Amino acid sequence: MSPASSVAALRAAFGPALLRDRVTCGDTVVWVDASRSRDILAWLKDTPGQEFNYLTDVTAVDYRDPERPLEVVYQLRSLARRTDLRLKIPLDKSAPLEVDSVVDLWKGADWLEREVFDMFGVRFRGHPDLRRILMWDTYAEGHPLRKDFPLRGHFTRAEQTRQALAANPEAHYSIEELSIAEAFDELPEDVRQRLAKGERGYVK
Amino acid sequence: MGLTAPEPTEAELAGVSPNFLTTRLDALTNWGRANSLWPMPFGTACCAIEFMATAAGRFDLARFGMERMSFSPRQADVLICAGRLPFKLAPIIRRIWDQMPQPKWAISMGACASTGGIFDTYAMVQGIDTIIPVDVYVPGCPPRPEGLIYGIRLLQKKIMGETMTDPTLRVEHLVDDRGYFLPPERIDEISEPFGNSVHQTRSA
Repeated sequence: MSPASSVAALRAAFGPALLRDRVTCGDTVVWVDASRSRDILAWLKDTPGQEFNYLTDVTAVDYRDPERPLEVVYQLRSLARRTDLRLKIPLDKSAPLEVDSVVDLWKGADWLEREVFDMFGVRFRGHPDLRRILMWDTYAEGHPLRKDFPLRGHFTRAEQTRQALAANPEAHYSIEELSIAEAFDELPEDVRQRLAKGERGYVK
Repeated sequence: MGLTAPEPTEAELAGVSPNFLTTRLDALTNWGRANSLWPMPFGTACCAIEFMATAAGRFDLARFGMERMSFSPRQADVLICAGRLPFKLAPIIRRIWDQMPQPKWAISMGACASTGGIFDTYAMVQGIDTIIPVDVYVPGCPPRPEGLIYGIRLLQKKIMGETMTDPTLRVEHLVDDRGYFLPPERIDEISEPFGNSVHQTRSA
């Protein structure tokens, strides 16, 4: 089934929630309503004949025209049918930027949606762990890829340097260290014995 | 963060003077130090590739006594920052610098480590000399191995000129308790845009 027939099937199933569609540079793009986006993505993933079982990427586009809505982009691929579909969700910038998370559909969406949140400030409803992923947790200047964000940031260089130096680099690793300590009981016996001898500093 | 040391008093300054014994001892220790510099490679970008080429067989950094790459800061003498430094890495390079025992030196390799280079953005430190003291700047994007070797030879020359009768030689101060290595206005001054990027204003 070609991408064009996916569009026809989407239109039949969801009607007005499919805002428009277009083929550009050989890629099929559909714009869908934000309120139905999760239903549509779940339908595309689970319906026989669609089977878009691989989420290639989640990203967003902020256009220079302030009137134009910000778009969240889902790039889907069906590994079985070897076809792609791009799905865009326009979000009005005057309202809070929110869409439904699809982490429960594609687990790989977790970090991709965190990145969109970090860079564009789009909140994903139902995301299990929505925090910054590229910038540090205490980053206070905003969301860098938004068009209203100045290239060099809002703060002075001195203030940026101060805030960066105030961050505790080890805080980033403590969560990993913690999970290693928590997973101790599930490790294989020989690894546990090596760790217990203090090779890596864990004694239990 | 470990950079503070008491200012030498006038009496202490008066108590030391170069004589035959100290100058001969200087020559010996400096000769030893300059010819067994163990580098701590802090490679973050393409400069690190050139650094690897410098250390590999064709250019053979071992000829200059840099026999051993020290991937532990505790056994390192010279920090070579090869590549751009994002603000997220700023506290980490400072921590590594603090962990290195005296005597220690730093080489800023390449345009990005020295000035921020083309990355005049919200995420990038505009020169690592706003974070740690730098002895030698190696220009280039990235510098060729010959360039880095020239920088290392310059550093060896600088080390040969050091004297133990200078009590201020190893003293490093933070300007205040906010973690600044340079005064904030000085950081802003040396982070000013230059070249083509002056046409971009902070608000644009």
